[in-house]
Order: sequence, then structure tokens, then C-alpha cells
Amino acid sequence: MSVLVYVEQAEGKFKKSVFEAVSYAKAIADQQSTHLTAISIGDVAESELKELGKYGASKVLNVNADQLKTFVNQAYASVIAAAAEKESADIIVLSNSFSGKGLAPRIAVKLKAGLADGAVELPSTDGKFSVKKTAFSGKAFAITELTSANKVIALNPNAFGVKENATDAVIEAFSADVKQSDLGTVIKEIVRATDKVSLPDAELVVSAGRGLKGPENWGMIEELAGLLGAATACSKPVSDADWRPHSEHVGQTGIAISPNLYIAIGISGAIQHLAGVSSSKVIVVINKDPEAPFFKVADYGIVGDAFEVVPKLIEALKAHKG
Amino acid sequence: MKILVCISNVPDTTTKITFTNDNTEFNTAGVQYIVNPYDEIALSRAIELTEGGKGTVTAINVGEAANDPTIRKALAIGADDAVRVNAAPRDAYFVAKQIAEYAKDKDFDLILTGRESIDYNGNQVAAMVGEFLDIPSISIIKKLTLDGDTATIEREIEGGKEVLTVSGKFIASCAEGVAEPKIPTMRGIMSARTKPLTVVDAVETEEVAKVTKYETPAPRGTVKLIPADQTESLISLLHSEAKVI
Repeated sequence: MSVLVYVEQAEGKFKKSVFEAVSYAKAIADQQSTHLTAISIGDVAESELKELGKYGASKVLNVNADQLKTFVNQAYASVIAAAAEKESADIIVLSNSFSGKGLAPRIAVKLKAGLADGAVELPSTDGKFSVKKTAFSGKAFAITELTSANKVIALNPNAFGVKENATDAVIEAFSADVKQSDLGTVIKEIVRATDKVSLPDAELVVSAGRGLKGPENWGMIEELAGLLGAATACSKPVSDADWRPHSEHVGQTGIAISPNLYIAIGISGAIQHLAGVSSSKVIVVINKDPEAPFFKVADYGIVGDAFEVVPKLIEALKAHKG
Repeated sequence: MKILVCISNVPDTTTKITFTNDNTEFNTAGVQYIVNPYDEIALSRAIELTEGGKGTVTAINVGEAANDPTIRKALAIGADDAVRVNAAPRDAYFVAKQIAEYAKDKDFDLILTGRESIDYNGNQVAAMVGEFLDIPSISIIKKLTLDGDTATIEREIEGGKEVLTVSGKFIASCAEGVAEPKIPTMRGIMSARTKPLTVVDAVETEEVAKVTKYETPAPRGTVKLIPADQTESLISLLHSEAKVI
């Protein structure tokens, strides 16, 4: 028995959410008194693979095959399941990222495993193996018992944090047979905005709503986010009106996020919006309406006009950063 | 072409979520049910792709008879027929197995779902069905166009997008952007009453997961209000008290 963590690379690098998944998987391995193996697929330098040892992976399986350089859901799932078998791993951990969401269910079916996706805490292991996960779009949590012998867990970003646990990772080349039918999808193009912080796993988020009055007023939101190193987000009416792209829409029918800091500017706080952001650690609300429902779930609030408050906030932040 | 669209029956987005029976069951009292909003997007795209006699759309739901009004809503939006697998949807693995069992010998060219159900937020069913049927699955797509046997798909990735192609049968889970949700017309609502809704029996599956308890998020303390003319003190509070910047 052992724990296997899939470490997703983007352009040969691991993101913080990957180190977080490794930290989480290491804590599970400790609970189970076993060791942690990581599996990386794609072209990643040895020095980067070695980094995984810092967070507790004692072995890294490195899969570097030409046909697997870019993400192919089906083939990656086959390789990870084969690695689980080789390592006798009964618990498989992934990040609940866009790719992770596509992979985890396929791995679960291959291994006849129960899947807890959107996990927010370590499993409780008092006789039963149960994982707390988000449900009802952030309006609740479901304690899910995985009753199968094999188990798959997809960890929500920012739920556990990165924890150093240094060990020397042994790197081992690994290959698995991939069926031709596993290679049905072909990537034509990958577009990444390199100058922006990605929203789903961002630690800090600055979000704005209809109170901003129009897309032309987003300059100050982007400036504030830029100073903080934060991602930008928006409410549903804003993306519906095409003021901002759908990928920025957080809420019940957009994406659910759990950053350390969520600053909501000119968003009243409808129940559907709150559902997507309520697991943020600290919430700041700036709204000119003192009755806005968002203030009821905020940690800090400023009642005031966004067009006056935000520029002052930018000045204060510049002064703070010196 | 034949398209299968998977439909979930979920509480309306305005529902306040509460639990009963010592927090082990979702409290359904007074809850309005709707077609899962993402499934509506999937259904709307399927209808667009088959309009003008280019094919048919079948809606499938795993659930008990109480779901029939939601399935009729899918028919009113424009599905040609519907199937209900008669069983309480235990978990995603169970639901995916039922859909795969139904679809395996029906020769659907394309299967669509919503990106996730807004109740259990799984986003599991599409990829699980793909695995059960051994066909490609693409999760959380933003765009879907067809050119003969080849589909071009845009899917979301962290901080950007990926464009990919796939040929032959596949399953995809749809997010915002794939289509504008269609609103049922009066004619659609009338014809939905007489469109075929077939009920089939469920197959046995192993249990791999079960929800044993629900929790609601811990309430936050009262908001600390900062006067609008002392904005700078917010920055120092976030730095020294909340320790987030």
C-alpha cells in the first residue's frame, strides 16, 4: 500500500497548487504509515522533479514519451492507473484543476475507486475513510465516505497549503503502454495569458460587479489586482453583459474559488455569487449600499463609492509597498 | 447525427441549503427543482447542432418519477425524446454506469453533459461515462464546432485555453460559452407533453462512495467596517491583522 500523487506540469514547471497536492498527499501517506510516490508526465527537467522531494515525495516516476508531451486525458489516465498498479498505490491524489477534473473520474473507473473531488481537508480515518468536500456550490460541505479499496482524491486549491517536508526524491523513468485509441484528442493550440494571475488557484482575488457601471472602468480594478499580485474576477451580470470574459465569472454557475483574500467591489452579494466565494479565507466588501447582503458575510467592509474608494486604496497600497 | 444529453435534476440556484435527519439528508421541503443550468447549455448546443433535420437529441436522466417535470422541461426546450433510468442517483459512479449502459449499443455520435451539477459539483459523470464506453472525454469545454467527423473544441485551462480536435465518438462536459441557454417556447411546452419519455430499469453497480453527513460553512464574525475616508487602515489591517497581504 502506498500513496501516489499526480503532479501536473505546465511548460515544464510545477505550480504552487502541485506542491500543495504533494504536501497533502504526504500528510495522507503519514496517516497511513506509508510512503509517497509522485508521477510526472511530460518534459520536465530533473532539477524541477527534484523539487517534489521538498514536500515529501520520496520517489518520482518520470514519464517522458513523445506522444504524451501535451495533455491527453485518456492516455494520461491510463498511465497514472498503470503507475498506481506498479506502486501498489491504493490512494491517488491530484489537484482539482481543469485537467485534474477530467482525469480523476477516469482513473476512479479504471481502479473501481470512490472519488472525492473538491476535497478541503485531510481524510478522517477513524475506521472509515471519509473526506470533506465542497457541495451545493460552496453552500455546504459533504462528508463523503470512500468505501472502495482504492480511493481517488482531488484537492481544491488553497485548501491545505504548501508544507515543506524535505526528503531526497529518487527519480525513476517510467513508461506504460498507451493504446492508439487512448490518443483520440489532439491539441492544436495552447493560449496562456502570461501577464495575468490565473483565477482558479489564485491566492488573492480582486472582483468587481455591476457597481462599476461599464467595462471601461476596469482599469482601476486591474491596477489594484496588479499591485497585489491578484487575479481579477467578476459577477454574473458583468460576464453576461460581456464586460468581462466568462472565465472571470465566479459564483454558483461560474467557478467556485477559495483564495486567502477576496475583495468584492460593487457586488451586492446575491446568494448565487456568495456560493462561489464563501470559502475564501478573508472577504473584503466595498459597496456604496450599506444594506448590501455581501456585508453580512464579509470580514472587512467599506461603505463608499467604488470610484472614490478604489483609487485611494491603490494610493495606500503603493505607500504600503514603499 | 444522434446526440445524447445528460440532464440532472437540481435545486433552483436561489435555494437556501439546509439539512435534516441529523444533517444526513438534504432538506427538500419547499425546494423548486430545475434542469441543471450547465446541462441546459449542453442541451441548447445539441439542439443547435441538429436543427433543420440534421439529427436528433435524446435527453437522459437517472432518477425517480419525481424528476419527470424536469425531464419534460428538457423536452420543452427542444429534445426530441427522453429516457429516465428509474433509480435514485446514488453517486456519480452509479449515474455514469447507468448512462453508459444505456448508451453502449445505441450508436450516439456525441454525448454532452453540463460541466458539473450545481448540487454535488462533481464534474465526474462525463469523464466516467467516457471511461466506461472507452471513448475520449473532454471536460469543461467553452466552444464546440463540428466539421464532418471532426470536432474542434476549446477547453478552459488555468490562465488560458486549449484548442483541440477529436474525431469519432466522444463525450464532453459543457460550460458557459458553448451555447446561450434556450428558453422553451409555448409550442415547445405544448409538444413536450406528448414527446416520448421512456423509463428503463437500472443496472447493479458496486458502491464506491457515499455521503454520510453534511455541514454548512461556519458563520463569519461581524464585519469590521472601515470609514471610507480611512482607506489606508484597510491595507494595514489586511497586512497585520488578517495577514493576507
